[in-house]
Amino acid sequence: MRTIGIMNRVLKELFRDKRTLALMFIAPILIMLLMSVIFNTNSATDVTVGTVSVSHKLNKQMADIKHVTVKKYDTKSAAKKALDKESIDAIVKKNGSNYSLMYANTDSTKTATVKLAFKNALTATSISQLKSALKQSTKVTVKLQAQLQALQKQQAAATAKASGRVVAAKQAISTKATSTTTATKSTSQQSPKITNHYVYGDKDTGYFAKMLPILMGFFVFFFVFLISGMALLKERTTGTLDRLLATPVSRSSIVFGYMLSYGILAIIQTILIVVVTVWLLGIEVVGNMASVIVINLILALVALAFGILLSTFANSEFQMMQFIPLVIVPQIFFSGIIPLDSMAAWVKDISYIIPIKYAGDAVTDIIMRGTSIFDLGFDIGILLIFLVVLTFLNIVGLKRYRKV
Amino acid sequence: MGQAMIDLQHLAKKFGDQPVLKDINLTVNPGEIVGLIGPSGAGKSTVIKVTLGMEVASGGSAKVFNATMPNRELLGRIGYMAQTDALYDALSGRENLKFYGLMKGIARGDINQEVDYVAKVVDLTEDLNRRVSGYSGGMMRRLSLAIALMGKPDLLILDEPTVGIDPALRRQIWAELDRIRDEGRSILITTHVMDEAELCGRVALLLDGKVMAFDTPVALKQSYQVTTIEDVFLKAEGVD
Repeated sequence: MRTIGIMNRVLKELFRDKRTLALMFIAPILIMLLMSVIFNTNSATDVTVGTVSVSHKLNKQMADIKHVTVKKYDTKSAAKKALDKESIDAIVKKNGSNYSLMYANTDSTKTATVKLAFKNALTATSISQLKSALKQSTKVTVKLQAQLQALQKQQAAATAKASGRVVAAKQAISTKATSTTTATKSTSQQSPKITNHYVYGDKDTGYFAKMLPILMGFFVFFFVFLISGMALLKERTTGTLDRLLATPVSRSSIVFGYMLSYGILAIIQTILIVVVTVWLLGIEVVGNMASVIVINLILALVALAFGILLSTFANSEFQMMQFIPLVIVPQIFFSGIIPLDSMAAWVKDISYIIPIKYAGDAVTDIIMRGTSIFDLGFDIGILLIFLVVLTFLNIVGLKRYRKV
Repeated sequence: MGQAMIDLQHLAKKFGDQPVLKDINLTVNPGEIVGLIGPSGAGKSTVIKVTLGMEVASGGSAKVFNATMPNRELLGRIGYMAQTDALYDALSGRENLKFYGLMKGIARGDINQEVDYVAKVVDLTEDLNRRVSGYSGGMMRRLSLAIALMGKPDLLILDEPTVGIDPALRRQIWAELDRIRDEGRSILITTHVMDEAELCGRVALLLDGKVMAFDTPVALKQSYQVTTIEDVFLKAEGVD
């Protein structure tokens, strides 16, 4: 009852503060529009390619390319499984003389790297094939020439009576030689047909698509963190918190009241961001939208608890702002927007204490692979642990202002 | 019941190493207005904080309604008005009153009636639907007092309630406080306005973390051999 009262009050205050509302709802859209325009360039990353029934030579050629690792699979289904599990980024399969490529395409940079690597490896392989073919044909020609010379000698030794036969033989040899050259030619001209398949999106899927799920989480986290932290700080500095605590309201009611109100706000914000990205930016969502909202809601609550907790260490709005470079910016770095696999191991370890990473992973899985929310127990579990611990700390932390 | 509403015995409070309250003995009986006067920094607000259970006593005992503080449930029977107005700017006066009323545990059905009553006492009925951000300083103070009055609490703790309130309204508020006293409810009030101290049943003079004197205004003036409480105050402070 009191919890609901606090929720109503916080919501009322929020919805009357039009500027803050605009910040929460319009700023993310604006920034995402900008980013979708800016971040469609590519850079190099490490990729792992799974190959099925591809020649040894081509495998070796690809493995020799920088940033590329090759894994061989016996069947396509085994490779597909690995692709789904993200242990490889693409599959190269040979069908007769043609190649079929399948990209996970969750990261357009990786897709581009694989495409380029495969093309280079294929060219290198066909060049070496050409070389050997050329060598063979040269050998054949040399042999034919030798034969020809032998024949000419024979011809010289023999008399004109056999001349008709020699001409026939000569003709036969020259036809043979031409056929060899045509054979050589055909190997070079008949480049294998390459077909591309994408698990997620299509050839136009850009870097932004990969950032989007994380960005979404980031906006929810950032704004809820900042605004809730400021709100509680204001309650403290204006004395309303003291006065609130001079009523029989329990400390947990205050924390839960805040959670409910900001939870509602986060739901609206997430829906808005999802709608904008799907309709305006044309990003494909494979999985369930409701699941995306659920994950972002949990993240928003973590952000809220985090904001409230840190606001107790700030004495003014300006001091609250000082947490942005300390708390928010590292969240961006370790969230997965910048590929973590190329970082040093100890740097990577830091990402395990970053809440946005888990939300980002989970939402990426839902949006790009259509993973069911029930298969994301790990990410959700970690987020819930963050939430429970922080909430507990907040309820205990309010003891600073009232001892019961 | 003859039992004291507030009973502070040998109360001491330290913040870290710094003692703020050293030895506070103070009682507030039912149907009594007790004034707490003293220079700034004497520890008036700390006395209030310990009484409300926001801080825990480092020594001695603090009892309210005969129960040791801190005690959360008892807060529903105490009306508190802080030195700062502590209002939600974005809400209207009515919304502020309703919110705090709900937090105090007033039944939903009774809230509107309560709001109308306390608004009349502090003369805010006409401005009740305006946002607090548009209120004048005096109006905010009145609204803050109205919040403390909500729910007819048995005990009112008012920290400088009449700062910034014009004389006519101050008289009106004191009339209401007297009425509350006559109902057998109690009031602990801190003030800087010395003629207000004269209106209290008993006055406690707080100095340097101790209660230097605690008696009726008349008795205090006699013992210090002065004519006003203000002189008592100055004499106790050693300013002659």
